[in-house]
Amino acid sequence: MSSSAPSLFSNRQFPLNKQKNMNARLLNKLKPMAIVRRSIATMAMTAVLALAAPAFALDGQIGIHDPSTVTLCDGKYYVYGTGGNPLVSDDGWTWRRGVTPARTGAAPDVIHIGDRYFMYISGITMISSKTLDPDSPDYKWEDGGSIAGYERPNDDINPIDPGALLDPTDGRLWLTYGSYVGYIRLVELDPKTGKRLHPGEPPTNIGINLEATDMIYHDGWYYLLGTRGSCCAGTSSGYNIRMGRSRKVTGPFLDEEGVDMIMGGGKLFLGSEGRYVGSGHFGRLDLGDGVERFSCHYEADMDRGGASVLAIRPLLWQDGWPVAADNLTEGTYRIQSVRTGTALELSVEGVPVGGGGRRGGGGGFGGRRGGAGAVGGAGETNATVGQFAPGGTNAFGGRGARGGGGGRGLFGGQGGVIAPQDVAQVSTNWPSGNLEARMANYLDQAQQKWTLTAVTNAGGYPGSPYFKITIAGTDRTLAATADNELIVLDAFTGGPEQLWRIDQLTDGTYRIMPKGGVKEPVALSAIGSSFATLDKFDPSSLRHRWLFKSP
Amino acid sequence: MTTFRNLRTSALALLAGSVLLQQAAAQDTAAGGPAPTTLKPVVSAEKAPDANGFLQRWLLLDPINIGNQQAEGASKAAVKKEYFPNQLTVLPRDGDKVTVAGEPLAWHALDTTLYNVNLYHFAAMQNKSASAAMFWAVTIVNCPQDMPNVRLAIGSNASSVWWLNGQEVTGIYGDRQTVIDDGVSKRLTLKKGSNILRGVVINGSGATDFCARFIDADDKPIKNLTVSVGDAGK
Repeated sequence: MSSSAPSLFSNRQFPLNKQKNMNARLLNKLKPMAIVRRSIATMAMTAVLALAAPAFALDGQIGIHDPSTVTLCDGKYYVYGTGGNPLVSDDGWTWRRGVTPARTGAAPDVIHIGDRYFMYISGITMISSKTLDPDSPDYKWEDGGSIAGYERPNDDINPIDPGALLDPTDGRLWLTYGSYVGYIRLVELDPKTGKRLHPGEPPTNIGINLEATDMIYHDGWYYLLGTRGSCCAGTSSGYNIRMGRSRKVTGPFLDEEGVDMIMGGGKLFLGSEGRYVGSGHFGRLDLGDGVERFSCHYEADMDRGGASVLAIRPLLWQDGWPVAADNLTEGTYRIQSVRTGTALELSVEGVPVGGGGRRGGGGGFGGRRGGAGAVGGAGETNATVGQFAPGGTNAFGGRGARGGGGGRGLFGGQGGVIAPQDVAQVSTNWPSGNLEARMANYLDQAQQKWTLTAVTNAGGYPGSPYFKITIAGTDRTLAATADNELIVLDAFTGGPEQLWRIDQLTDGTYRIMPKGGVKEPVALSAIGSSFATLDKFDPSSLRHRWLFKSP
Repeated sequence: MTTFRNLRTSALALLAGSVLLQQAAAQDTAAGGPAPTTLKPVVSAEKAPDANGFLQRWLLLDPINIGNQQAEGASKAAVKKEYFPNQLTVLPRDGDKVTVAGEPLAWHALDTTLYNVNLYHFAAMQNKSASAAMFWAVTIVNCPQDMPNVRLAIGSNASSVWWLNGQEVTGIYGDRQTVIDDGVSKRLTLKKGSNILRGVVINGSGATDFCARFIDADDKPIKNLTVSVGDAGK
């Protein structure tokens, strides 16, 4: 234990009012757990509701307050909160209660360095273990003592809410901590021991009017993210996550308008959204290959009775700032390649929406624009070479670009409103059985619209369940083949080759990967303008980047 | 500012221009026209792909007038018809002739000076129309060793279907322009020695061309092969 960094619980020399103030904050931190515990009793019921809910809150037992950074250990994800049991997940989607560690307290944070997991707990104290898995013979929490606290009498600090950063540029380890009462502070730790590196040196003050801070590094910048607003008030909680950035780990951390976070600056990262109120305790989860997530808790999930819950969402980077993205939701989309601009489709001949209205007759210029009218009915216009204003109309129909009766000419359209294509009608001409998938220019045709549907009881990945991808209005299902190609099956049967993991990359595009049925992890790849395959994901290539757009 | 009036004027001008170009092209073709410069006689036994892996040596059959069959269903049906004997297996030589619907058509061994093969130029060279036409193309791909996990990558204006060693490997359909690596086959193996690559391009009207190359698993063009056209150039 550091003599200059007295423990919250051992130091008795500070003014009583300060102790009361600090303990009041800790009490406030602990109060929500009572809410959580009460809510756990109703969790079983709300979990049932969650199964039917279209919104992708995490699945399983996700009640938590002040979550630590989501940490991966031997294939399982762990999150520790204020008091109580941690949350554990095999896939990052479905969570359950884990085993309480050797020490509990408020708002812990966990970081994995080398062969040890260091857990920092409000106070600030530290324990460490070689594993987070209680079933492992290496599972043994060792006391690391006090790390930070009051540096001197009447110190303006509330030493809670630690957040650790291992600087990827130089391997130095840092810890931020603090709450509204006083400053947000930064101390350097020894990455080998997890303990304070220079206990004789004063911490650096880097922010105020925040708590639950965490620092991350990205592309030459250090970002300080902290929570502002009131916690622990259910649907009245004003918790929101703010951020500033600095070229140096020690600050100053400025928001987008240049206001220092030590003067109250802070760009909004995430507030309340939809049915979720009060976001706080940011944590970054880097899944590699350009896939990042962040975790936080919502003070109140209204679909779970207002309980405080864990959330995991995509983390994007835009214009030098992290962006809180939304988890992909069920719906019907066009799936468009970033590389080629063409859209994934079932390999069948498309029927022009509205039945065609192909412009032009046969031969010469007219033939280029349609000729026989292909499939889908005859067009009403019939411009011919050198005579593109039949019936006395001009090329636009004589009554404006939208046509409007009479001879409509080349650009007059069909008139009226063209109804969306009815997949039930056009699919009657589609061959039965398994078909190829390919890509084409998007024309709003039925074979180009895909419906994403979350598949229950099929597992998931951090923040999301697996999806099935079907042609909208049909059961024709996109699937992977054993030789890493694509096929569209006649029907969904639930196999892993028909389940898709869809990760949003940090630039906002998506990576699409089959759960199984292939020899190795592969991603949907636009190898040509008209063809896609499955191959190893290359973060530097556009061919694996896709957009889900409204059809 | 683009106004509707301007748009309409532009569109009409474009239409008129297109018609004039078509008429001019037809006149050029009928009169022999300006000599195309992108296709040259074969003067060597084998030819390496260009710097981007494109195959530049082909045997091209005079265009077959089939009407406008570039739509997907029409193209698929069109390539299933027999136009001349052994059309999916024959390895023609420069100057060979076939008769299609009573019309004698000749095979021509040609090198393209570009990445693509300009069939509009080719038709003009033969005083034929490139519109409403089917073009057959064949080349021999010579490989120093087996090359597994490669893909044929083609682009064409308009529809095209491709066979490697007698197996259909890719096809693209409809009214489209030539885009490099538009149609890409599934993974295949180029065997050591000779491989026969055959394609059919079906054009509606106007410009028509194709390009073809093989790419590896990293999308990189394969260049350690050669193409030849029988004994042409030897």
